[in-house]
Amino acid sequence: MKRNGTRVGAWVAMIVGALYFLLPLAATFEFSLKMRRDSYSFDAYRVVLGDPAFRATFGYSAMMALLTIVVGILLVVPTAYWIQLKLPRLRGLVEFITLLPLVIPAIVIVFGYLKLFNSSSWLPLTAHERSTDFLLMASYVTLSLPYLYRSVDTGLRAVDVRGLTEAAQSLGAGWGSILLGVILPNVKAAVLSGAFLTFAVVIGEFTMASLLNRPAFGPYLQLIGANRAYEPSALAIIAFLVTWASMGLLQVVARNIHGTRAETSA
Amino acid sequence: MAIMESVSEGAQVKPVRPGNRLWVWLGIAPFMLFALLFLLLPTATLMFGAFQDAQGHFTFGNVSRLFSDSILDAYWISIKISAVSSLCGALIGLVLALAAIQGQLPGWVRPTLMTFSGVASNFAGVPLAFAFLATLGRVGLVTALLRDVFDFDLYGTGFSILSFAGLAMTYLYFQIPLMVLIIAPAVDGMKKEWREACESLGGSSWYFWWHVALPILFPSILGAALLLFANAFGAVATAYALTGSTLDIVPIMLYAQIRGDVLHDQNLGYALALGMIVITGLSNAGYIWLRARAERGVA
Amino acid sequence: MSFLQIASLNKRFGEHVAVSDVDMNIAEGEFVTFLGPSGCGKTTVLRMIAGFETPDSGSIRVGGQDIVGQAPQKRGIGIVFQNYALFPNLTVEQNIGFGLKVRKLPRADIARKVAEVMKLVELSGKEARYPHQLSGGQRQRVALARALVVEPRILLLDEPLSALDARIRRSLREQIRDIQRRLQLTTVFVTHDQEEALTMSDRIFVMNQGRIEQHGSAEDIYARPSTEFVARFIGNYNLLPAGDAQRLLGVEVSGHMAIRPESIHVLAAGSHELGTLEGTVRRHQLLGGIIRYQVESRGVTLLVDRLNRSLGDLLEVGTPVRLQISPDDMREVR
Repeated sequence: MKRNGTRVGAWVAMIVGALYFLLPLAATFEFSLKMRRDSYSFDAYRVVLGDPAFRATFGYSAMMALLTIVVGILLVVPTAYWIQLKLPRLRGLVEFITLLPLVIPAIVIVFGYLKLFNSSSWLPLTAHERSTDFLLMASYVTLSLPYLYRSVDTGLRAVDVRGLTEAAQSLGAGWGSILLGVILPNVKAAVLSGAFLTFAVVIGEFTMASLLNRPAFGPYLQLIGANRAYEPSALAIIAFLVTWASMGLLQVVARNIHGTRAETSA
Repeated sequence: MAIMESVSEGAQVKPVRPGNRLWVWLGIAPFMLFALLFLLLPTATLMFGAFQDAQGHFTFGNVSRLFSDSILDAYWISIKISAVSSLCGALIGLVLALAAIQGQLPGWVRPTLMTFSGVASNFAGVPLAFAFLATLGRVGLVTALLRDVFDFDLYGTGFSILSFAGLAMTYLYFQIPLMVLIIAPAVDGMKKEWREACESLGGSSWYFWWHVALPILFPSILGAALLLFANAFGAVATAYALTGSTLDIVPIMLYAQIRGDVLHDQNLGYALALGMIVITGLSNAGYIWLRARAERGVA
Repeated sequence: MSFLQIASLNKRFGEHVAVSDVDMNIAEGEFVTFLGPSGCGKTTVLRMIAGFETPDSGSIRVGGQDIVGQAPQKRGIGIVFQNYALFPNLTVEQNIGFGLKVRKLPRADIARKVAEVMKLVELSGKEARYPHQLSGGQRQRVALARALVVEPRILLLDEPLSALDARIRRSLREQIRDIQRRLQLTTVFVTHDQEEALTMSDRIFVMNQGRIEQHGSAEDIYARPSTEFVARFIGNYNLLPAGDAQRLLGVEVSGHMAIRPESIHVLAAGSHELGTLEGTVRRHQLLGGIIRYQVESRGVTLLVDRLNRSLGDLLEVGTPVRLQISPDDMREVR
């Protein structure tokens, strides 16, 4: 009957979609195996993984990602909590601010940093390496703000924030222990979801790192891409696997915590 | 309240309300400070800089220079590629989301699609460019397949992955998943009873889609397309990796300005950035307005 | 021959048997209710009549013709859903006229018919409103109007009043029944609310775990339940297991003895009429027009309902009483 027609159409759509999305990955993988003439091998991967620059830049970006996640959570969770509890009228304003990084392209933001924080300004963050690292981390927190805030806010909304707080206060808890012991555990899934997304964003990020001249993974990818033939394909596969792994971990963790839906929604 | 006031007045206790208000605002101070320093101020200085000349005097000169041929061309190409990739991305993403959510497929299809979309929407820059080079480049896998199996010379038709069409196809790789993620909640909201009610009243599947489902989804689809547009407009890394400076889009142009690769004119750069913000700002405003309309209508 | 004939209907979803061997004969113009707890299969049968589910075996005949396998569009069956299912992008008028527009009626005819049916459900004046601007009761009336305007052969209602509050529910109940009578429309009503079933129906089918437990008029179901399930589901029957029935009434039963609370007469403690039982009031509950007592008699706790006529009537806890139960009011159920 008609029902079957719908299902057939749906399968067709999914298969065509799967082809479009999987073929490039297959092609990249196949190409990455061709480094050794005339036979398939993992030579490209060996070269890449053995390259000290790979390890240095990947390590740098991974460290940056972790710092971004920590700072991001420290910034976002108390803010989202406070807004829901005490300042609900400011919700619209804060949401608007957190959506700005989606409106203002990354390249514009970093351009603004270069103008505002250059060596001759009142806060010369770009003057030294460490302070530029700090600036880069701040830029990453800014970029991940939409995902982090949205995720945590949704998670908090599902919990009776006011009730929990008042219960904790009546039992003598101060703000610190409320946040750590009561609020954070209840938004674990949301925080983790935001964290994994942030990780994915930061690892491959190019624009900020390149224009701030920091040794991150994104610019390294571009450099390899411009100069080598087979290694970029291997790197592409590695990058994809890393991102897929973190998203997969996110699903597993979220499902364990909640036991119910674990979909990402934008 | 009145009781509390009289108690505190009578007992000469530290007044609760004025101090309370300051303390409450303090709670979001870190966030506000951060936003100010790393989001609002940088953007503001750029916007002001767009209206200043090298000596700091107010001028419309930079903005008027935006209307030069080469820069207008760059904006036009940017708009074109964003429009094409967002419209195609919106349509294809919608079909995929509908198939996974309403298509009566096995239970594992939807979570897999969602996870994959989460990954793919961030898959940009060099990896993506290389993936498409490896697929549709001159010696790419699909190009070779078409030649060997179907006897079809792709590059003979004048197609090249290093072109507008190629870049658009590549952009689709993250636009389509982004569409799936954005439109999924709206597709979820399509109640199955609407379709059944339509059927009981004599309407066919097609009638349902044309007269009920698409009109209901339309604001969400359009809004999502606008978001996709803004997303494509600001993308740098993929274009840089794939077409380098051969395809002059605004982000590339801006990138070059900042790097100092071309004649280093700060203030023109600011004007370029301003132009970008205006376009993406309008696009996002449209998205927000349409989303509000869509949510209101589906009570 | 009855208008709607269901024979040997079966449906299972994976391991779960939803509908098992269901037979029904419904006359034209009859108002029939499927009554039962959640998961008893009543909605599944309804959806099979409508054509949204296909039975595994069995037949559904309307006017003699088997409609199993026929597309829902062709069945001429109107359906009102629990959550209204109004099209949010269309006005009230457009929603109601939807089925007529599908049939490509001329615009003037559509307008006329829509106006007629809107008067019938008392919604005139709200043509240009959108569903999100209406109250729950109004939305349900739009849904009803939409189903009625295409003049269906059968009207199906799937728990249409569950989402509404009590007062609206009661007034809509009467309205639906009035309209149904006026139009002489064969109607199937699904609900888990026994008050709705008892007040609205010509006949009730009580369902449990996919099977029909009992069917009959409201009076049949209420006063003469044939199984333990029906007795438990309808009213507040006292269900005495065999041992209690023996001890209290001196009667041997193989199942349970069912006694309605309002059929137990309460006499003053002093009277010694034949066939009365001694008892003590253990608890009383004021339910408005009725006072419900728990009376203990020979170790068995009975529910006894009395009309709340005046304050002086209230029996305090601990009052000794004598209970009289007529044998006609005792029913054995299995």
